[in-house]
This record gives sequence, C-alpha cells and structure tokens, in this order.
Amino acid sequence: MTRAEVLVIGAGPAGIAAATAASENGSKVVVLDDNAAPGGQIWRSATVEENNSPKRRSKDTKRRALERLRRSGAQVLSSRCVFTVEASGTLQTLHEAASASLVEKFHFEKLILATGARERFLPFPGWTLPGVFGAGGLQALVKGGYPVAGKRVVVAGTGPLLLAVAAHLTEDGAIISSVVEQAALARLAPFAASLWAHPAKLLQGARYRSKLWKTPYRTGCWVVEAVAGRAGQRLKAVRITDGARIWTEPCDLLACGYHLVPNTEIATLLGCAFRDGFVQVDQAQRTSLPNVFCAGELTGIAGLEAAMVQGEIAGLACTGRTDASLQKGAEAERIFSERMEKAFALRTELRSLPQPETIVCRCEDVTFASLRGYTGWTDAKLQTRCGMGPCQGRICGPAVEHLLGWKPVSVRQPLFPVPLQAFLLPE
Amino acid sequence: MPEAFPVTINGATCLVAQGTTVAAAMLLVEQPSRISVTGEQRAALCGMGICFECSAVVNGTSHRRTCQILCERNMTVETDR
Repeated sequence: MTRAEVLVIGAGPAGIAAATAASENGSKVVVLDDNAAPGGQIWRSATVEENNSPKRRSKDTKRRALERLRRSGAQVLSSRCVFTVEASGTLQTLHEAASASLVEKFHFEKLILATGARERFLPFPGWTLPGVFGAGGLQALVKGGYPVAGKRVVVAGTGPLLLAVAAHLTEDGAIISSVVEQAALARLAPFAASLWAHPAKLLQGARYRSKLWKTPYRTGCWVVEAVAGRAGQRLKAVRITDGARIWTEPCDLLACGYHLVPNTEIATLLGCAFRDGFVQVDQAQRTSLPNVFCAGELTGIAGLEAAMVQGEIAGLACTGRTDASLQKGAEAERIFSERMEKAFALRTELRSLPQPETIVCRCEDVTFASLRGYTGWTDAKLQTRCGMGPCQGRICGPAVEHLLGWKPVSVRQPLFPVPLQAFLLPE
Repeated sequence: MPEAFPVTINGATCLVAQGTTVAAAMLLVEQPSRISVTGEQRAALCGMGICFECSAVVNGTSHRRTCQILCERNMTVETDR
C-alpha cells in the first residue's frame, strides 16, 4: 500500500499542473497515469523520436511543465490503470507491463481527478474497417511509430482537433486530401472571431492553417460511408456529403472523430455531482465530495490552457492555498469552452448516418437495427449486450446518447477489465 | 536511426524501431489486432487505451491493449481470435 497526501489520477496538462502545485507546497504527491509516459493525449510523446521530422518544434510549454513536475518531487507512476476507487481513500491500479500485470493499492487523503477526455465516435457504414481511426486516434498511433508518409488521409468529424491532427500528419509526410468539418461556416465564423480574446489559440490556429494551405477545409460536410476495397477488409475511399450531394474521395486512411467527451467513469463511481454532463466544481476545483478535486476536460472541454490553470488551482487548494488571478484566468477559459461547444454542436443529420446493419457497439457487434424497440440502456444491455464488452460502453455510450438520446445508467467496478488474479491477491 | 529489434507478429518476424507501440507494429505489417464476435477483422481505433479494438495476444496473454504497450525485443504478438 502506497500512501499519498494528494493522489492525482491522470498525467496530462491538468494532472501535471495539479501535482506540481501540490508537491511544491509540501504535500506528498503521487500521480497515476494509464499511458506509458506522462503528458496525456495533447502532450503524448513521439516514442520513436528519430522517425519524426527533424522540423518538429520541441514543445516548450510541455518541456517546462514536465521539468517543473520532476523538480517538484511528485512521484509519477505510468502504465497504471485505476480499476477500483473508494471515496474513503483507497484505490487499486493494474500496472500493465509487457509481460506481467501487477495489482497495486494506494491510500489518499485528497484526490485530484484529471482523467481528461476521449474522442466521440459516431457510427456510420464502414466505420469498423481497419484503416478507419479516430482523428486523435491516428495521431496517437503515428506518435507510437505507425508511419503515414505518402498515405492519403481524409481527416473528418468536428472540433478544433481536426486541424491540429491534419497539421501533424502533414509533418509526418501524410497527404491530407481534405479536412471535413460537419459544423457550418456560419457557426464557425463567430467562434473564430472570438479567438481574438485568446491570442495563444489564434496563433496556434494560424500555425495549423499555414501548414495546410493547400488542403481543402470543407465546412458543413461530413463522411457518410467508409468504402472497403475489393478484398473487403481495407479502406479504399470515403463518401462525403454537404447535405445536398454525395461524392467519393479515394484515400488510404480515415481519421474521424466528433470532438471530445470527458472520461467521467471514476467521478461517477465516487458519486461526484454533475452539471450538463461535466463534473461540477467550485472556484477551488472542489467537487461535491470534500476530499475530491477535479481539473481539466472533466469539468468542460476547454483545452490546454484551461487544464493547466485548473490543475494549478486544484493543486494549491489541496494544500489550503488560493490564487485570485488564476481563478480569473479559469473563468475566461470557461467562456471559451462554451463558445466552442456551440460552434461545434453536432448537426441532427448525423443521427441518420447508421444503416440498420451498421454496428453501433464494436465490442459486441450490436447493430443499429437490433437497438430498435428498446427505450434505454438497461433493456438494451440485457437483450443485445450493447455496451457490455471490454470498453464498457466508453465508445458506444456517447454514440447511442447522440443517436437515441439514452443517458448512461451506471458505472461499476472494476472500471476496466482486469485479470481474475487481481481479485485473488492478498490484502 | 533508433535501435531496431525483431518482434514476431502472427508468425512473421519483422523489425521495429525502439519506442514503437505494439498497435503501431500490427498496423505496420497490416495484421488485424482482433477478430470481432461476428468474425470481422479489427484494428486500433482510439489509440489511447479506451476502445479495446487493438486488443491482441502479447507474449501469450490475450486481451492486451496493444496501443498502451511498447514493443520489446523478441516479443510475440498474435491476432486475438
């Protein structure tokens, strides 16, 4: 059993900022992260450094944040997947190494949730074909050593992530045939204009555009089908619509994600109060539970700057400190988040993408047709096994919520599938 | 160049660079990570340990999330069936 005064779950920007602040102010801090290295998704390291373009700028913000975290003395434990947690102050992780999995127990006085977000996926015909990835998904795999040089890629879905992904894939040598954004230009224009209040974000956007000056950015368009080649096993093209006509674009890979949804499982299990799908926090990032704090995308999809500010506020709050200027910054980011949600709101046409035979639950191969006739999760799970596979509804949950309006009903332990031995080990 | 070493994927040995995830290696050699319950070939989707589509058999243990595991020298990887 490892004891921590402050235990942070997630080593993305929010978790790093939180752990650094708490540790610099004298707390014994442990950070648990599911990935092989700290940084989260936005700062996911290219693990195969030499394979990447030498032009890639080293990310100063990331480097500084990781260096400060290291100097703070906080202990970072990577490849740890939290599978049980009790608000009374204990949790268990599975430490996943290549050849063995170990169960570890932790005790905490205060807990900071910084579990971030995942991509939202919407089912459409062909989305289960190899060659179809999430947008951030493909970027993560490329950073993990999957080469895309010379490959034709369509980047599609919605959200600011699409441009970031397209820009990064271009640096890695991919040929981006187009970026397909479902939001209409009329919605995006006011959002883009509002970025003048956020110079850092505007600059980032301009950098992406400058890398993509030859790539069409098609707003108000979406992918209706991923088409397999003759063998039926690999992607060869996508069909795209603007709502009026449909055309075919040949490609090797499709990177498609519909913005982000928060990873709320641990917060839900603990019993934290939610508001509009996000964990409710006060000005000190405190949740409805007295010893549980929350920072980053779990409190609203607001991006890097918000995550870092909120993380620092949470880390300070755990050591009894506050900083008024940080809280003002957090408020500005909250307004940005609301504008972003509005600009990239999903259009209703996306509900009619799945055909009756389209798979909705990829773990259990449950089709859209087989979900008809059920009114909610409880019935559908029992009768169809939708959401009952290893991802535990993390992928089909947000999809079904958009398609059929079903709200998730429960979260249970273990939070991730674990080997049976995990429950057989002595206390 | 980074150090390269052999791994065996579905019986065929290939060279991967140090730091390559198992999921990336399977994509590289175009091998599916798993066969779905109705027999479809599947490969990694989310790349961040959420979707379990990249689950494969790593060194004899099935259901491993290959996007979260780095390749090691002489590792054996098989499609999860």
